[in-house]
Amino acid sequence: MDRLLLLGDEAIAQGAMDSGMSGIYAYPGTPSTEITEYVQASKYAGEQQIHRQWSANEKTAMEAALGMSYAGKRSMVCMKHVGLNVAADPFLNSAITGVNGGMLIVSADDPSMHSSQNEQDSRFYGNFAMIPMLEPSNQQEAYEMAYEGFELSEKLKTPILLRITTRLAHSRSGVARREQKPQNTGKIPSNLRQFVLLPVFARQNYEGLISNQIPMEQAAAGSSYNRYIDGEDKSLGIIAAGIAYNYLMENFQQQRLIHPVLKLSQYPLPHKLVDRMLEECEQVMIIEEGFPFIEEKLKGYQAKGTPIKGKLDGSLPRTGELNPSHIAEAYGLEVQEGAPVPGIVSNRPPAMCQGCGHIESYNALNQALREYSEGRVFSDIGCYTLGALPPFEAINSCVDMGASITMAKGAADAGLVPAVAVIGDSTFTHSGMTGLLDCVIEKSPVTVVISDNFTTAMTGGQDSHALGRLERICEGLGVEKEHIRVFRPTRKNIDQMVEIMKEEIAYEGVSVIIPRRQCVQTMKNKKLVEKVKELGL
Amino acid sequence: MKTDIVLAGVGGQGILSIAATIGMAVLENNLYLKQAEVHGMSQRGGAVQSHMRLSDQEIFSDLIPKGSADIILSVEPMESLRYLPFLSPGGWLVTNTKAYKNITNYPDEKEILGQIQKCKKYIALDANEIASDIGSRRSSNIVMLGAASPFFQIPFDSFKEGIRKIFARKGDQVIDVNIQALEAGRAFADENM
Repeated sequence: MDRLLLLGDEAIAQGAMDSGMSGIYAYPGTPSTEITEYVQASKYAGEQQIHRQWSANEKTAMEAALGMSYAGKRSMVCMKHVGLNVAADPFLNSAITGVNGGMLIVSADDPSMHSSQNEQDSRFYGNFAMIPMLEPSNQQEAYEMAYEGFELSEKLKTPILLRITTRLAHSRSGVARREQKPQNTGKIPSNLRQFVLLPVFARQNYEGLISNQIPMEQAAAGSSYNRYIDGEDKSLGIIAAGIAYNYLMENFQQQRLIHPVLKLSQYPLPHKLVDRMLEECEQVMIIEEGFPFIEEKLKGYQAKGTPIKGKLDGSLPRTGELNPSHIAEAYGLEVQEGAPVPGIVSNRPPAMCQGCGHIESYNALNQALREYSEGRVFSDIGCYTLGALPPFEAINSCVDMGASITMAKGAADAGLVPAVAVIGDSTFTHSGMTGLLDCVIEKSPVTVVISDNFTTAMTGGQDSHALGRLERICEGLGVEKEHIRVFRPTRKNIDQMVEIMKEEIAYEGVSVIIPRRQCVQTMKNKKLVEKVKELGL
Repeated sequence: MKTDIVLAGVGGQGILSIAATIGMAVLENNLYLKQAEVHGMSQRGGAVQSHMRLSDQEIFSDLIPKGSADIILSVEPMESLRYLPFLSPGGWLVTNTKAYKNITNYPDEKEILGQIQKCKKYIALDANEIASDIGSRRSSNIVMLGAASPFFQIPFDSFKEGIRKIFARKGDQVIDVNIQALEAGRAFADENM
């Protein structure tokens, strides 16, 4: 079959399509965005009518994927690691309902926080939900796991968590394809109470999930993704999970690895393989990207038994993503390094683009707030988060999707009045709307700036659910019409912008200010330009 | 045979187009390839890099180990220095000398050039000027690829083939100027190695 040059993300998308996926659900989030974009760009997906529109947020995406599974078809839901927090409620409960059609949940972790607020490890969620997890070591495995994952899900009647990290998501390599399978025809669950989590049924399902742990572990023990590679020198054994296996093997291209290695890519941890290593080897090194997940499990509270080397004893770095040099050092190989970075090299942090509407909004906001004390602007996740850096230094928080509005409300409740929220259009429809409703109910003295650029910009210009709907949404939630103010953020308009902002900041109730101008990065997107014209925005 | 390349630049300068052209050239030669890219926040004018690895044997790590890159290929002079810890003792630093100043504390350009010249093996050229001379300012990245091409263990013609494939939809004229750009970069390298 064909060989394609694919990002890890794209390999997952291709594997899922080749395996008869009927729908993909997602909200954009680095490093997971390209999975859905690949399906959106696929001609085959169009012909097969595979669902591939963006969802409002990860929770709605997860629930829709579960609904598709209920109807007997194969569904996938994709998100970045922190997206799984948003979707945690349906995620954990999907383990209790189980599936009908196969369901894959892809969570892309971001160790080193290249584009994120934390480096949480999704494997804890898989463990928490007690469902099987797959962690590919390379692009080919990513393809295979998406391809075979649906079948595994249908066989074990459980959703499967496919966990990747940034480096695999955004690295390209050759991928060989397999035979293309048709979609499931669809059928409702044979037990019509399977998805009804009333306590009386949920208890039964939960018992089922517990007893299902044995077949899940058996599947992991027999999985071709997990391999015990014997070695003659048993003074050390090495467990390498997912992509860490590659970083290990990178160090043994010129010399043979003489110690036993357990390559681990399917969970729950298979006792059969892990116990063998603990029994055979005097010491075990654990290499895993993310948190010391396996290490903590094996080490437990007491340091008795086989000594364990890893992130907890400092052999490997506790934070950040791994690389081959880390493993060389932990193993005791000589680590070579080129010349140091010359001292004159300055940092070059990301910045808002020239001509970006957010820039003018921040200039106006800083002026409008000049008469008040500092530290009263709560912001959110998006390009406008860069307003925290000089020359603006305009915002004082960035926590999670939607938190700007609700944190501003809480601060106002505490007496910090006025309090201002700055949020983007897409983030607002992701998780800002419910917070705004809280403000309206209590008539909180907050000013919400929804910086509208018609797109999900930071992740590369995906569609925004807010397009053409913002004022109606705000009115519908109960914001007074005269306190919804829209203007075009340009340098020329600065005086008018400052004036409007001052008025609304002074208003002791909920006001919404919408600076509105298309993202400069999307001006090449003719469809969007047309749509904006059509809507008269 | 293996070639490890660190591609460097500033978000928006288009280093991924260089990567795509190399990728095509690699496929042409039936080699293994791994290419780690930077997506997301840094693409907004921040420092960006891409690790490219090609080999006739299976490649494990997506990241190049420190001290072992054969080439640093940078489209911006200061950015070329940021990745020196990755360069192997015998490796080549190939960089554009045209500074991209989107920060207020950009260092003195002469000092930057001085640091570049301290490297044992380097090629430094103003790719923007060369691209302008052939009448295609947008082709400066391909000029840079041409300047690095002698240090790849793949035939020069494969890069031309890569350009033909990458720009196929843009027509013969675009293909021709980019091949000219590639050759101009190569000629500079041949004279200055």
